[in-house]
Formats: sequence, structure tokens, C-alpha cells
Amino acid sequence: MSGEVKHEWPLFEVFVRAKRGLNHVHVGSLRAADHEMALHHARDLYTRRNEGVSIWVVRSDDVVASGPDDKDAFFAPSGDKVYRHPTHYAIPDSVPHI
Amino acid sequence: MNEQAFTATIDKDQRIEPRDWMPDGYRKTMIRQIAQHAHSEIIGMQPEGAWITRAPSLRRKAILLAKVQDEAGHGLYLYSAAETLGADRGDLTRRLIEGRQKYSSIFNYPTLTFADVGVIGWLVDGAAICNQVPLCRSSFGPYARAMIRICKEESFHQRQGYELLMTMMRGTEAQRAMVQDAVDRWWWPSLMMFGPPDAESPNTAQSMAWKIKRHTNDELRQRFVDMSVPQAEALGVTLPDPDLRWNAEREHHDFGEIDWSELKRVISGDGPMNAERLANRRRADEDGAWVREAAAAHAAKRREATARERQEVPA
Repeated sequence: MSGEVKHEWPLFEVFVRAKRGLNHVHVGSLRAADHEMALHHARDLYTRRNEGVSIWVVRSDDVVASGPDDKDAFFAPSGDKVYRHPTHYAIPDSVPHI
Repeated sequence: MNEQAFTATIDKDQRIEPRDWMPDGYRKTMIRQIAQHAHSEIIGMQPEGAWITRAPSLRRKAILLAKVQDEAGHGLYLYSAAETLGADRGDLTRRLIEGRQKYSSIFNYPTLTFADVGVIGWLVDGAAICNQVPLCRSSFGPYARAMIRICKEESFHQRQGYELLMTMMRGTEAQRAMVQDAVDRWWWPSLMMFGPPDAESPNTAQSMAWKIKRHTNDELRQRFVDMSVPQAEALGVTLPDPDLRWNAEREHHDFGEIDWSELKRVISGDGPMNAERLANRRRADEDGAWVREAAAAHAAKRREATARERQEVPA
């Protein structure tokens, strides 16, 4: 063993579709030499008990994410855009199905 | 995000996620906790793995194989969680095989008979469940999510063990004696799995404040004893503790003094199996090196070939 940290395989993020009709959901990560091996490992690691019907794997270094500090710019509720919400519009109770 | 936001998130019982600001101590403690847990799962494959080829029927072999595969899976979920904090999986493995990071003391005891497989499922996995269920509410998101998946799978582990023991208890006198002998050997080490007594667990207060620990060692140990007593009765075995009895006033079982010097000895490397467990892990790492290198070389070659094709055929 050499004393150096030698990174064998890159990191992949794994997404699993639990059943037809649902979105793929992030379940964790794993190490693999390439995408094909990552899929096989994902099957062994994350779907041993009918957890899914479809798997995506994505190289972790290809993921671009917003940071916690971006919160205001990205996610602050747009208080000045109340017209985006259905409750902004007054409709008489007598009007059905709306 | 800053310390104030971190504290507010914890106070609101919300989860800390990997990219949030967190104190250095929190990050270090989380990496250590998750890594030790991951190492325990990986080393934990060995005591039972030794019985796969010798399990008495195809059904028992298949069950044991599935269980040991789950332990490997649990280790990998946890290394995945540790990596979200900037830890490196290869580095953590090196720390384990060089003895710089610890794993649960319980896996340093030998599995002498097939009854040990059942008792590990019942008592060792039972104690692990006691420890792990509250960790599904750990303040660190990736760890809590890994624990939820692990706890779902542990239930199979405990039940297969108890069922195995029930089957042996319906067998011959020699089989019943084998179960009792395994219980005698594993009971006290199982109690030690919860760690030192609260008075000697200096990090508990900080860990509780950070909500990465939800109950103290002694609370969880008491819960495990109370759970195990009726299970032992139903099985027809005796737990090897003359001081074990129901205390109506406390509404808990009293139990005897644990030999803490034994726990210290085993944790510091002097248990019956420490050297062998680590030697096996080291050998597996060394024997697997050429496979990892070959796979990486193959992947690099394919990447180059794909890049060349793309150059030759301009879109």
C-alpha cells in the first residue's frame, strides 16, 4: 500500500424512480469507474428490495447546485407578486367550479 | 449561513444539509461518527460471513448471504453520507486498516457455532436497532436518511436471527445447549455496544445539544435490557446475569455491573479477534487493488476511444 490517497474511481449521484408515474428521487452516491458500472452498482446498492423501476446516475462533479447563501435571490417569496397566486383574485361564492 | 442560522436550524428540529455552514467541531464529530459506523458495518460482515459456507441448509445460506450483503450496503450508504462532508472514502478505509479509526467493539468476538449467527441477529442487531432508530432523527440530513434505509433492513436481520434460534430450541438437547452457550457469550458484549456509562461519556452533552445523539448510552442500554428479557423468556434461554430482575418502583429491569475494563481492552485493540478482523480487511483491500486499477484503466481507454470517434466524425 502506498501512503498516498489515490482516488480510484469518481463519485456518482444516484436517482431512483420508485414506481411508474413518480419522479426520480436522489437516494445517495457511490463510486464507480464509469457510468455503466455506476448503474450496476446502483442496482446492487440502492434497489435490493423492489425500491425502484428506473435508475439515473450522474457524475457528482457534473452537478451544479445553488448554495445555501443564494437563498434570498433564489427562494425568497416574491411578496410583491401576489398576483401569481390564485387567492389574489376575488370571485363571488355563487360562481361554481372555479 | 452562520452560527446563528445553524443554531436556529437545530433548535427548530430541522436538518443540517452538507452545504450549510456548520461549526468545525460538528463536521469533525459527524465525520468520525459516520465513519466509525460505516467501518462497523464493513467489519461486521466477517463474523457471520464466516458461516455462509457452513450454514446447514440452502435456505440458511441464502438468508445469511442476503444479510451479509445488506451489511456491505449499509457500510456504503454511510461512506456516501460521510463523503457529503468532504471526507474521502479511500482515506476513511485507510484510516480503518491502519487502526487510526475505530469500529464497534462487538465484532471483535469470535463466532464459534452456528447458534452465534442467530444470537448476533437477535441481540447484536437488536442492540444496533435500539441505537439506530433514534439516529433516524439525527440533525445531519444525509446521516438521518441513511439511517432510515438501514433501520428498515435491520428488522429482517433481527427476525431471521430470532427465528433461527427458535428453530434450534425446538431441536435436540445439544442444540438447545448451543443456543444457551451463545447467549452466555454474547449478552455482556451486547450491553457494551451502547458505550461507556453516562458518567464517563464526556461528549454526550455536546452531541445531545447538536441533536446528533438523542438519548444517553445508559438510557438506550436500559431500553435494550427491558426489550430483551421477555424475548429471552419466550425463547426459553437464561440471560447470564444473577442480578437481572424487574424493579417495580423504577418500572425497569435492574441488571448487574458491566465489566468496563473488558470494553476498554477490546476497544483499544486487545479483543479476541481485533488483529484478524483488521488483517482480513487489509487483505481484501490489497487483493482488490488490481481490480480497481484495471476498471479505471478500462474506463479511461473507453473514454479516449469515444473522444477520438467524436473528433473523426464532426457533427
